[in-house]
Parts: sequence; C-alpha cells; structure tokens
Amino acid sequence: MIEIRWHGRGGQGAKTASLLLADAAFNTGKFIQGFPEYGPERMGAPITAYNRISENEIRIHSNIYEPDYVVVVDDSLLETVDVTKGLKKDGAILINTNKDIMEISKKLNGYKGKIFTIDASKISRECLRANYPNTAMLAAIIKITNIMTKDALLKDMKESFKHKFARKPEVIEPNMIAITRGYDEVIGGK
Amino acid sequence: MAIRERLSGNEAVATAMKQINPDVVAAYPITPSTEIPQYFSNFVANGSVTTEFIPVESEHSAMSATIGAAASGGRVMSATSSQGLALMFEMLYIASGMRLPLTLICGNRALSAPLNIHNDHSDSMGVRDAGFIQLYCENNQEAYDNTIMAIKITEKAKIPVMVCYDGFITSHSVENITLMENDEVKNFIGNYTPSEYLLDEKRNISMGPLALQKDYFKARVELAEAMRKAKDIILDVSEEFHKITGRKYDLYEKYMMDDAELGIIVLNSTAGTVKDTVDKLRKKGIKASVIKPRVFRPLPCDITNDLKHLKALAIMDKCDSINGFSAPLFSEITSAMYTASLNVPTVNYIYGLGGCDVKETDIEEVYKNLENIAKTKKIDNVTHYLGLND
Repeated sequence: MIEIRWHGRGGQGAKTASLLLADAAFNTGKFIQGFPEYGPERMGAPITAYNRISENEIRIHSNIYEPDYVVVVDDSLLETVDVTKGLKKDGAILINTNKDIMEISKKLNGYKGKIFTIDASKISRECLRANYPNTAMLAAIIKITNIMTKDALLKDMKESFKHKFARKPEVIEPNMIAITRGYDEVIGGK
Repeated sequence: MAIRERLSGNEAVATAMKQINPDVVAAYPITPSTEIPQYFSNFVANGSVTTEFIPVESEHSAMSATIGAAASGGRVMSATSSQGLALMFEMLYIASGMRLPLTLICGNRALSAPLNIHNDHSDSMGVRDAGFIQLYCENNQEAYDNTIMAIKITEKAKIPVMVCYDGFITSHSVENITLMENDEVKNFIGNYTPSEYLLDEKRNISMGPLALQKDYFKARVELAEAMRKAKDIILDVSEEFHKITGRKYDLYEKYMMDDAELGIIVLNSTAGTVKDTVDKLRKKGIKASVIKPRVFRPLPCDITNDLKHLKALAIMDKCDSINGFSAPLFSEITSAMYTASLNVPTVNYIYGLGGCDVKETDIEEVYKNLENIAKTKKIDNVTHYLGLND
C-alpha cells in the first residue's frame, strides 16, 4: 500500500488533486482512498489531504501518520508546518517551488530522504494564466510514485477533463499541456 | 452486472436514492450530509428521478413532511446529521408511533456545544429510544447497500429506518465501491403498496389520534414487539440481497472470533481500523477479534452467544451518555450479558468524540489493556477515554 499526504492552502486545489490522484489510480484497477482532513476551512489556511493506493481492499480509516510520500503544494508552508513529520526515510517529498533543492532541503528539519521539486505555479501561470498548481503537481507525483505511465496518464486525464470541463472545452488543451509539463519538468530525487 | 466505481459515502447514498427513486424526499441541508439533498436535487432537476423534492425550512419540517408523505402512502426518504437530527426529535417518535415506513439517512456528527462538525455518534445514539431501526455502516459500500435494503426493511416492518455512517470519514472519503444496476435495485425493492394510508378513499382511517392510558400502553408494546420481530425481517431482506449481490449482511459482523480471547465491539468506520490491527496482533500470536454490530435497533442481544469464550472484552462508544458511568453500546451489551449470566471482564472505551482521529496505535492500546485484564482477571477502571494522550 502506498500512503500519500498532501499539504496545501485552502483554495489551491490540494483536495481536488488528491481526488484526481485517487481517480487515476482507480482507473489502473487499484483500491483507493482519497480524503481531506477538514479543519477551519478558509482561503489560504493550511489544509491536509490524504491518499491510500493498494492492490487489496483498504479497511483502515485513520489519517496517515507515516506516509510514503508527501506533496507540498505551497512552499510557504515549509515555514509553519512540519511537512516531513513521520515521512518514511525511503519515501520522498515533492515540493512546488522555484527555489533550488539545496536551499529547500534546509527547511525540511534534516529530512534525509529523496527531495523532488517542480515549479508548478510557473507552469500553471504559463498554461492556465492563473495559479492552479495542482494539475502539474498531480502529474509530478504520478511520475515519482510510478502509479501509471505517461501515456496512460495523458489518456486518463484527457477523458477526465472532457467530462469535468464539458462546458469549458477551451481549457482542456491548456490543462493537458500543464499535465505534460508537470510530468516532464519535475527534478531531483537524488 | 455489478458496476465498479469510486464514490464518497454521500455520493454512494445519493446514487442509491437515485436508483430507489422515492415518491418524496424532504430535507434540509446540514454538514456533513448536505451533499445528499444537494446531489438529489440535481437528479430531480435533470429528470433522472421522478421524486417530489421538498426543500423545507428546517429539519423539524423535513421529518414532518416525510411523515405526511409516508402517511399518504408514499415511499419517502430524508437525510440529516447532528443538530438536524436533534431538531427532528419529537417528530421521530411520531413517525415510529404511527408505524410509518420511511428511511432517514444520518451522516453521524457530534452535537454542540462546543460547536463541532466532525464525526461521532452522539446524534443517532441520542435518538436511540425513538423507535427507529438503526443500521450502522463501516464504509461507503455498506452505506449504499444498507440504504437500498432499508427500503424493504422499513416497508415490511412498518418501522422507520435510520441508516447511519460516519461523517467525513465515510461521507467525504472517496473509496472503491460496487454498485448494482438500476434494474437490479428496482426489482429488489419492488413497488410499494401500503396496506393502509390516509389518501385511501375507500377506507377512511386516522393515524396518531388521542389514545388513553391503556390504548397508549398497548400501542407502545406493539411497537416494541414489532421491533423484536424486525430482526427476522432484516435477516430475510439481507439474505435476498446476498443472493443478488453476493454481499452478506447479518445483525452483526464477526471477525476472527472463533478462537478469540480478546474482543472489541465497535460500530462504523473504526471497525475497519480494528480489523487491520487484529491482523497485526494475530501475526504476533495474540488472539484478538472484533464484532461490529450492523444493527443497534433492534438490539442484537444474542451477541452474547459469541462472547462466551472471551477472556476480556472492550466495548467502544463514539459518544458518551454523560451519566457518570458509561456509554450506550456498553450499557446495553453488558445488560444483555448480565441477563444471560455471562461474566466476561468488560470495559468501556469512549473514543473519537468530535472526530478525534482513531489510530491503529490507539486500538493496540485497548488490546494491551485487554491482555492485562485477561492475565490478572482484574479491572482497574471500567470507563476509559481513548486517544487524548498525545
């Protein structure tokens, strides 16, 4: 079983990304869980969301305390939230940032595992003309966790966007570019 | 053909309601069951159901309208949580007292104050004596299945049914689920022909009129008797459901009970976490087990037959009676044990109030205490509060 914890701020789409990841893994035949931890919901407040992905039925219904992967949708959270808490040493963290890995690693409380970064906000601004980093982040975490191939991801997302954006077909292509770039532009992991 | 899907608990229940296509749904939105009337009003607007949807101005009115529609001979449903259920309180007794078939979905949530939107069982446990059948669900699949079965159960038993599942943990968590085909649901529930109803022009009847002392007493005894008989109805409906879907439901579910020494009794989503913990402990040679009541009303008092071989038992309640002693599930199961002359050392764990997360390590702590009780045959403390020490 793979366990993933998402850290974001209200309004950035971390919850949506966790549900999209659950969808993608579901479409590969897996058992999945996707759920947010609801707190005092408001724009900009730190939020947490979770995924479990397994070959077998998932029965556990607690939050995730020792994730295999952590995804940070907003690097300003590194100042206030202990994002690597419980993160397994042989796991990995993915951070949306424009800073380099050396600089970012200093803010991770001595975390020794793999660190990946992606400038998902930049990708979003260039593709979608807005800060919705979650689609690029989703592609990046799928690449890191190897849940599905790039081709399968693109095919899956195209179907999902066709449904989701049925009334706004003009945004499908820009989102597809954001997905592709998210997959290709993630760096690190050493 | 079963349909492989992934849905949240609320989506699953709303889907069941769409397939059921009741005559009337009356509801007022409240977290965490808000999505039920939200999704359902979409189905109404899109024409995927022919239901008359009544967006009432309060939960008291929601239950009143539901009662009115049921008394008129309709197949009716509603959904609520927490304060909403509390506001329905007096009307719940009227629904059961008038022996009206109706299905009420309850996304379990804590009661104020302090204000809290998260999951515990204070709401449905608070109305446990209202004369409703109560079905409890571990996950989205059980919420979906029990919603469909509730229709048949309520119509056969002529007692209203409440389907309870954990707010957020189940209502807002997306998980795999197997859905039935629309036709399968339609054939399973069949058409509803009420034996008596207020709009029957050929037969004029009254419902819920004044009943003086003895008549009132008799009516209450009849309700209690009907609740007793509801066990067989629930089992019959569940067996029919099993034949169609392959999914088996009993009054309570046993997990690793056969050779067990230590047992936990727990409702809803936490049962899944306990099962995982049991598997881990079993690998270490600890004979742990869990029983999950699916039905709390009627009380599955025969549960005592399955507890005889235990050396220690913990009954876990996600609410408190605030009676200075113990919580409802503990009180009722131990009462059944006492009257069956069963003396297994038993403790009460009150856990997860206000949505406090329940971890595997919390459950391990419970089993550790049970091991100790089994060894020493001594109980230092009957009532414990779990998960506050971190």
